[in-house]
Amino acid sequence: MEQFLNIFLGGLLIGGIYSLVSMGLSLQYGVAKVLNIAHGEFLMIGAFATYWLQESGVDPLLTVVIVGPVMFLVGFLLYRTVFTSIRLRSAHPGIYESNSLLAAFGIYFIVQNIGILIWGTTPHSYTYLNTSISVAGALFTQNRIVAAAFAVVIGIAFYLFLTNTRTGKAIRAAAQDPSTAGLMGVNIDFVLALCFGFGAAMAGVAGSLISICYSLSTSMGLGYTVIAIVVVTLGGLGSIPGSFIGGFVLGIIGSAVSYWQPGLTVASYYVIFIILLLVRPKGIMGK
Amino acid sequence: MHLLEGEKVTKYFGGLAAVSEVDFYVDEGEILGLIGPNGAGKTTLFNLISAALEPKPGVIKFRDEQINGLRPYKICRLGIARTFQTVKIFGNLPVIENVRVGSLFGPLKGLSTAEATKVALELLEFVGLSKVAYTPARDMTLVNQKRLEVARALATKPTLLLLDELMAGLNQTELLDTMELVKQIQKKGITIIMIEHVMKAIMGICDRIIVLHHGKKIADGTPEEVANSKKVIEVYLGEASDAGS
Amino acid sequence: MNFSSINWKRAAMQPGIPVLLLILVALAPLYGSGYIVTLFTYFILYMVLSVSWTIFSGSTGYISLASAAFYGVGIYAAAMFGERMPFIFVILIGGIASFILAFIVGAITLRLRGIYFAMFTFGLVVLMKEVIHYWEITIEGTRGHFVIYQSNETIFYYLLGIFIVTMIVAYIIRKSRYGLALASIGENEEAAGHTGINVTMVKVITFAISAVFMGAAGAVMATKFTYIDPGVAFNPMMSFSPALMAIFGGMGSIYGPVVGAVFFSYLQEWLMTGSLKNYYMLIFGAILVLTIIYLPSGITGLIQNLWRRIRGARSAPTRG
Ligand SMILES: Nc1ncnc2c1ncn2[C@@H]1O[C@H](COP(=O)(O)OP(=O)(O)OP(=O)(O)O)[C@@H](O)[C@H]1O
Ligand SMILES: [Mg+2]
Repeated sequence: MEQFLNIFLGGLLIGGIYSLVSMGLSLQYGVAKVLNIAHGEFLMIGAFATYWLQESGVDPLLTVVIVGPVMFLVGFLLYRTVFTSIRLRSAHPGIYESNSLLAAFGIYFIVQNIGILIWGTTPHSYTYLNTSISVAGALFTQNRIVAAAFAVVIGIAFYLFLTNTRTGKAIRAAAQDPSTAGLMGVNIDFVLALCFGFGAAMAGVAGSLISICYSLSTSMGLGYTVIAIVVVTLGGLGSIPGSFIGGFVLGIIGSAVSYWQPGLTVASYYVIFIILLLVRPKGIMGK
Repeated sequence: MHLLEGEKVTKYFGGLAAVSEVDFYVDEGEILGLIGPNGAGKTTLFNLISAALEPKPGVIKFRDEQINGLRPYKICRLGIARTFQTVKIFGNLPVIENVRVGSLFGPLKGLSTAEATKVALELLEFVGLSKVAYTPARDMTLVNQKRLEVARALATKPTLLLLDELMAGLNQTELLDTMELVKQIQKKGITIIMIEHVMKAIMGICDRIIVLHHGKKIADGTPEEVANSKKVIEVYLGEASDAGS
Repeated sequence: MNFSSINWKRAAMQPGIPVLLLILVALAPLYGSGYIVTLFTYFILYMVLSVSWTIFSGSTGYISLASAAFYGVGIYAAAMFGERMPFIFVILIGGIASFILAFIVGAITLRLRGIYFAMFTFGLVVLMKEVIHYWEITIEGTRGHFVIYQSNETIFYYLLGIFIVTMIVAYIIRKSRYGLALASIGENEEAAGHTGINVTMVKVITFAISAVFMGAAGAVMATKFTYIDPGVAFNPMMSFSPALMAIFGGMGSIYGPVVGAVFFSYLQEWLMTGSLKNYYMLIFGAILVLTIIYLPSGITGLIQNLWRRIRGARSAPTRG
């Protein structure tokens, strides 16, 4: 029973982070139609940025306020320079999707190797709020709880932004149907770039939060990208609440598998992905 | 025996019944018109016949054999060919190659490559595209791309041809030419179902007309019967000018 | 372009310069140093991978990132059977095993949209790596395998043989009615289906055929490593490299992927031997992005376009 609780609560804590990462990818893939394989690299950059800043004395949680906007800008500009031109040159959406996937792979190599050139390949870590507290009998470090709480708050705040503001509504219109959204006077390229920027910002912030409880390395990104892809497929393409819930679901599954067979965690994600694509490609929340 | 027959053919998209319990048939040699306002379910019915979609529920029979559940290429080889409302040509291939795809893969018994080329050239002549046989298909006008789709469909040696809005957007002379083309196809012994909004064309060449509205069949009869049907007139009230021309 | 009519006489005459080059390469072990032979071995390896990648992905537009999986299956075939049978059979097993794997994966995934297919194939590489790693550690209690040794010349000539077969198969497919079917699928899959092409079948078989050469190449290259483990055998770079080489070289002509392969394997050799490994990856990524934006039909496409412009654009352009 205690074991079970440990797995479950541990899954929920990491699931909060997964949710945030996946909501970011959901915006990039579900709305902007870029399956951004470099998503996790933005997370890696965010994590190292926080590491840098805390070394010069900034509170790690505060770095979120810097990392978020900077990553947003990077993502926004990246979309405007790379993906807009691919979109305009592609004969049909299928070509756009595969070409932007390949371009995203290129960006993945670029960002990761810039990371390696700066920070090398050895893991880095620092300590922050690492006293343990007991939750219903199971022990967790404070930093994991704080990170998960921050992730959830940011995720919910972003959802409220989507449902309650004009910009948010434009994004949701674009997610439904880009061509009619364009007709309704939404500047489609701008909105898609916004989505891409928000996606990058979420990855960056998730990286900051990860850095306060786990060690970081320049190769950490791809694993999170894979998780985000599975979660987005699980939650339903373009469904923000789906990604939010899916993150927790995958967190718990991953926590359970790595308890019994740590060597098969990644393989289990892939198996979930296969089953989803074959049985329910729309995801659990898809219409 | 009808050539093609549908019983209670139905297709839902989510909650929306795009085609709802439609019974229909077409007899050998006929030109059947399929009309109805935008979104009536006409193209969806074509998609069901050509197996792009599967009816749920419902049965479609070709020469008394059930054909729903088969894959599109099988339908084509059985002798049902189609064109598309939004053209789907092989844009980067030369015009003649577009047609050769049809003659090489469409007939039940495949042709040799030399025969396929010969057939393709004849068909391009037939639809009036001989001059552009070697240009990439994407460089043609939309009107010619639609004609190319007809040639490609004919190359598969169909007994039944489904034409989806072949005449949309044509000027007066092009319209007359195309009506003539359809009649020529009928003379080859090919049965035709055509979706059309151009009433003049429909009334002029169809032997029989089926009217769809919100996925349901609301009329089925000769052009005169359909033109005088109260239900049809109600549905088309907004488009009366079009119907009267 | 004229499908399904191979003019054998012309086919034999036309590739004069390439055949000359091929002979020059084939004689490399006679005049070149060991370094040259090894360098050429890598050129040919990447030529095989990128040409066979193009056979499927170039014509249908489905991006496969499974090359590393098929290459890795070949490597493992060599590790498992290398001691028990003649080398040529080992190579055949590598090819056949890859064919079967590709056939199964294709049958499952080639009904999906292209983007899912790409993800799926990429995941396949990771899955193979993880599962075999798990298997070796927990069930066999080992990590990796030894592979029987072959001389550099043997490796070179077997690989060259595979390359020639790959080129011939690629050429025949491109010029045959089967190639026309593939091209029409790439142009408009739905229309191809309604025009009588068994779309799924054609895609699955072509995918499987393209995997044969990758598996065979893996079986040959394995002997160069002498000791392999899942990390070596299933290296995702072996999926990206062929794709980039083909796209960069241009897929409109059969020589495009060859040009791309030579360019990148030389670049790699040049940068990786120093301490510039990370710069190679950086440049690799940058060229990938730039090619996709600015060179959609690759280097050979660019040259063809320039050539056509110089001659005054008389003949009809071929598919890009
Ligand atoms: N693939 C699809 N997914 C969801 N809804 C669809 C799909 N295809 C058609 N519909 C819907 O089904 C209904 C019927 O569409 P259909 O294209 O058959 O109409 P139509 O009679 O051909 O109209 P038009 O004259 O405009 O071509 C419409 O409401 C349309 O939005
Ligand atoms: Mg329609």
